[in-house]
Amino acid sequence: MPRFGMVIDTKKCVGCMDCVVACQTENDVPQGFAKDWLVTEVTGTFPDLSMEIRSERCHQCDNPPCVYVCPTGASHIEDWGKTVQITEDKCIGCKACLAACPYGARFTHPDGYADKCTFCIHRVKEDLDPACVSVCPTHCMHFGDLDDAESPVNKLLNSRESHVVLPEAGTKPRVHYLK
Amino acid sequence: MSPVEITTSRLNQHVDPVLTVWAWEIPVYLFVGGLIAGMMIIAGLNMLRLAKGERSEDFNSVQSPILGFLLLNIGMVALFLDLSYKLHVYRLFMAFKPLSPMSWGSWILILVYPVLISSSLIRLPQAWPWLGERIPIVQRLSEALTTRTRVIKILGYANVVLGICLGIYTGILLSTMVARPLWNSAILGPLFLVSGLSTAAAAIHLVSSITPGSPSPSGFLGGALAALVQPLGANPPGPGTQNSLVRADQIFLSVELVLIGLLLVGLLSGSASQVAAVDILMSGKYAVLLWAGVIALGILTPLLLQALQLSDRIRHTIIPAILVLAGGLALRWVVVGAGHASRMVAAGGM
Ligand code: SF4
Ligand code: SF4
Repeated sequence: MPRFGMVIDTKKCVGCMDCVVACQTENDVPQGFAKDWLVTEVTGTFPDLSMEIRSERCHQCDNPPCVYVCPTGASHIEDWGKTVQITEDKCIGCKACLAACPYGARFTHPDGYADKCTFCIHRVKEDLDPACVSVCPTHCMHFGDLDDAESPVNKLLNSRESHVVLPEAGTKPRVHYLK
Repeated sequence: MSPVEITTSRLNQHVDPVLTVWAWEIPVYLFVGGLIAGMMIIAGLNMLRLAKGERSEDFNSVQSPILGFLLLNIGMVALFLDLSYKLHVYRLFMAFKPLSPMSWGSWILILVYPVLISSSLIRLPQAWPWLGERIPIVQRLSEALTTRTRVIKILGYANVVLGICLGIYTGILLSTMVARPLWNSAILGPLFLVSGLSTAAAAIHLVSSITPGSPSPSGFLGGALAALVQPLGANPPGPGTQNSLVRADQIFLSVELVLIGLLLVGLLSGSASQVAAVDILMSGKYAVLLWAGVIALGILTPLLLQALQLSDRIRHTIIPAILVLAGGLALRWVVVGAGHASRMVAAGGM
């Protein structure tokens, strides 16, 4: 069974926000909300500065606090693909998962339920890439099975240095950024 | 390397720039939940004494389940108002999620209801004669309870155990959220429990002081109100009972002060995110609320006034009780609000 993840090449990303627009169109994201977004981080001491642009979204954590705190089971890990999903119908809108996610990846949909990136699982089930991955003009995003040693995502991870966001949160995120 | 600047294109409502998912409803619920928990523990301990055959007139709290029942409904309404997908509330009771304190909480509340209702029956017909006369079954149930010491004993234990669970869970609910460093402390459960006990002692003291000496009304509305605000029924509490409540409150308040100190020390010696979180309590609106509201007015002032009252240097008033209650609410307000504002910070940048 696959365990999906993403590998994003920060050296190629130009911050064009196509991924954000593609997600909003594909997933009908309500106005004023975002399921993916861009982060620009500048580090170092002048003049030795370096900049990383990251396309971020729900990190589909292997150890997801949002799932643990959910009192109804609405937030859950799907068997196939091991992605974290929300069953709208089971959600009561208690917002515990919003408070529990260290990445602020979730929001309350105007209809009342908790919402976030699904890794476009509806597309993935049809053998397509998530919308953000498929539109990226620089091809900096890669989607695939992290449990398959031969998958392109694993090959990339093995060939380059990478990091995840907030590893100290202990959530074991599955969106990796190539340095 | 530490980050020089982080900018993001995201601006999700109630998530950015700081989390604001829980408004007044949750601090109010946590306060009311703690208050009920404390009242259940105090009432439960007195029920156990009642079961041993001690004189029941001295227990000013055996009637507090009636007040607890009213407060529980207020708390439940607050919880319900907080939900953003209200029609699905029943989903809470279609699952038990052992890792989710919110799930335990909803089941604890379901158990609290029958225990509070049965405990209310012990004194209800006495406190509200109108009800006892019109609905004889209430009278009969009350008699059945009061004549069976075994039942009183079981109810006493049920109150104490459920009270502890209810009081602690409100803190654990917050402390399990790894994303909010200010809440990541095992002290939060005991702190909320002890604060619940202090507000409960204050509340019982307050309501039993409101109408001392005057015979309580016994009609439909008057009797119902009297049942709520006069936990001793027709008789005002004796000075000994008052003093024992005040003394108990002094112990609870002192422990609460120590626990707040331990919470701060624990955070300051914790992760980078926890140390950063303490800053939120050191300046700005939450600092004022914590240091002036919770600690100075909600704990130290009542401790001083209570000490003066106990040594007969000043008259007994309800002022310390009111301050303790306000302090208990302020504590929940600070912890929820400042916890929202606290977030994980990257230890070393990218
Ligand atoms: S990023 Fe947040 S919402 Fe997504 S799985 Fe991790 S904790 Fe849950
Ligand atoms: S808001 Fe919905 S998905 Fe999130 S924890 Fe509550 S019930 Fe679960």
